[in-house]
Amino acid sequence: MSLDKSIVLAIEDLTVSFDGFKAVDSLNLYVERNELRVIIGPNGAGKTTVLDLICGKTRSTTGSIRFKDIELTRLPEYRIVQAGVGRKFQTPSIYENLSVYENLELSYPAGRGVMGCLTFKRTETIRERIREIASMIFLDDQMETMAGLLSHGQKQWLEIGMLLIQDPELLMLDEPVAGMSVSEREKTAELLNRISAGRSVIVIEHDMEFVKRIAHKVTVLHQGKLLAEGNMESVQHNPKVVEVYLGH
Amino acid sequence: MKSFYENWLGGRDGAVGMLVLAVVIMVAFPLMFDIFRLNLIGKYLTYAFAAVGLVMVWGYGGVLSLGQGVFFGLGGYCIAMFLKLEASDLVSTQHQTTPGIPDFMDWNQLTALPAFWQPFHSLTFAIIAALVLPALFAWVIGVAMFKRRVSGVYFSIITQAVAAILTILVVGQQGYTGGINGITDLKTLHGWNINTTSAKYVLYYVNAVLLLLAIMVCRFVLTSKLGRLLLALRDKEDRVRFSGYDVASFKIFIFCLGAVISAIGGAMFTLQVGFMSPSFVGIVPSIEMVIFAAIGGRTSLIGAVYGTLLVNAGKTAFSESFPQLWLLLMGGLFIGVVMLFPNGVAGLYDGWFKPLVARWKSRRPVMVRVADPLAKSE
Repeated sequence: MSLDKSIVLAIEDLTVSFDGFKAVDSLNLYVERNELRVIIGPNGAGKTTVLDLICGKTRSTTGSIRFKDIELTRLPEYRIVQAGVGRKFQTPSIYENLSVYENLELSYPAGRGVMGCLTFKRTETIRERIREIASMIFLDDQMETMAGLLSHGQKQWLEIGMLLIQDPELLMLDEPVAGMSVSEREKTAELLNRISAGRSVIVIEHDMEFVKRIAHKVTVLHQGKLLAEGNMESVQHNPKVVEVYLGH
Repeated sequence: MKSFYENWLGGRDGAVGMLVLAVVIMVAFPLMFDIFRLNLIGKYLTYAFAAVGLVMVWGYGGVLSLGQGVFFGLGGYCIAMFLKLEASDLVSTQHQTTPGIPDFMDWNQLTALPAFWQPFHSLTFAIIAALVLPALFAWVIGVAMFKRRVSGVYFSIITQAVAAILTILVVGQQGYTGGINGITDLKTLHGWNINTTSAKYVLYYVNAVLLLLAIMVCRFVLTSKLGRLLLALRDKEDRVRFSGYDVASFKIFIFCLGAVISAIGGAMFTLQVGFMSPSFVGIVPSIEMVIFAAIGGRTSLIGAVYGTLLVNAGKTAFSESFPQLWLLLMGGLFIGVVMLFPNGVAGLYDGWFKPLVARWKSRRPVMVRVADPLAKSE
């Protein structure tokens, strides 16, 4: 049990400054194994920037991000992914001109080099895995559909599936239910609870009902700084949080 | 066998296209034209290599290189250097101040063969250099550009600058490179006279076979997972990057592939035309190559060959009667094609000719269906 509680991601004293503006300001954040963490906060609080920093899209000014025993701050993006960090973007980021099957296949963690791509073969293991993921994200009957033709919610699921197939130890989702219908939200909440088993998940979300359903622990950011952290109950009643975020 | 058909020929459509192209250039042209015209077509087909390379780099890789002439030239110069050394034997150069060196070196007061020319006494070395040198050069440019995520118009401008720089270098270093005239008076390849009619036929066919092979290699790349990855890259580069791929390495690969294919064209140009000069290295020929690919259809490997042939046939026809107008006409043609038919000749074929054939094929069932309601109304 003590292993389960070990820390997977340790962000320490992380600062990023864009021309003097500190989007993230000496942030400390620890995520444990098998934890589902939700980051909330008002617009411009630095939520997306934190994810950008972890996955290497933005480079930090100072501070460290350690994933297991690997320092991520100077690692190229593809190596961060290969280390086991997956990231879903705010707007669905999928290959619109490829089929659902091909989207998943390209995300499958094999043949990632030039030679690997040239000699890549669709083996039964890979096909099986693609089918398995497709049924998890409710798209098993849409395998040959061009991804661009999917509904907004389905695109969101597809991108989640593209991350799941990589089996990352840390999964980061930026507003996974944005633009989804009520029933799609229900399904997504179920999906998140199912996939968070055996891995750590960081979710950015605005929908408080949705947050309540999924979060183990909530982190509130405000102006790039940590405002509060704890379970949903304690955060919701924290006067500081109510003032800057939940109050209005 | 099935995988060869699917992956190297590109399935039914691809195989038919290849067969038609093979028949056109290997049977129809040799029957239709005398050796003078055929040799001219052979020259155009060497440009087609550059256009095919551009289809990969520009059409599929999404990076427009305005410097493919550099690689065409590198391939051509490597072979020209070998041929020139063979042509500069002691007997034929006995009237020079220093016999045994290429004539242009003698005219430029060089008294010994420069060190970098020495290995080009070997044909094997020259052939390897013609392939490896362009690849290496493309790799250096590719690493410098793509690792820093230079793309779009900046990449195009830099490749154009490279083409300009290399031309200036070749022209300026007359004693080493033959200057503006290039390397001329090439005669034999291991004692085999390349200027005879039979040699021209042989070289034409070698060129045609190599071109078809190059298209097949490209087809193989495009039907592999790498082809789908290139498509994904043009769509969402960040998603590819954050799916664990080193995006730069794929762009470098495709740029090197385009360079090598272009260089094979250059090497075959030297052999068929009998000289190589900086006028095939610089900005103008590089842009012409882009026009060939654009008119053929920048995502069609086979279209690129037809595009090259069409533009050059037009060039030959028009520049004989209106030499000044040709450049303007070609510029207009390029703008027109990009604006009206962004997929070039291949796009016209797919969007207009194919549906026409399909309609013609399904004519009878359609007429039956039309007849029914008429019968009822009566």
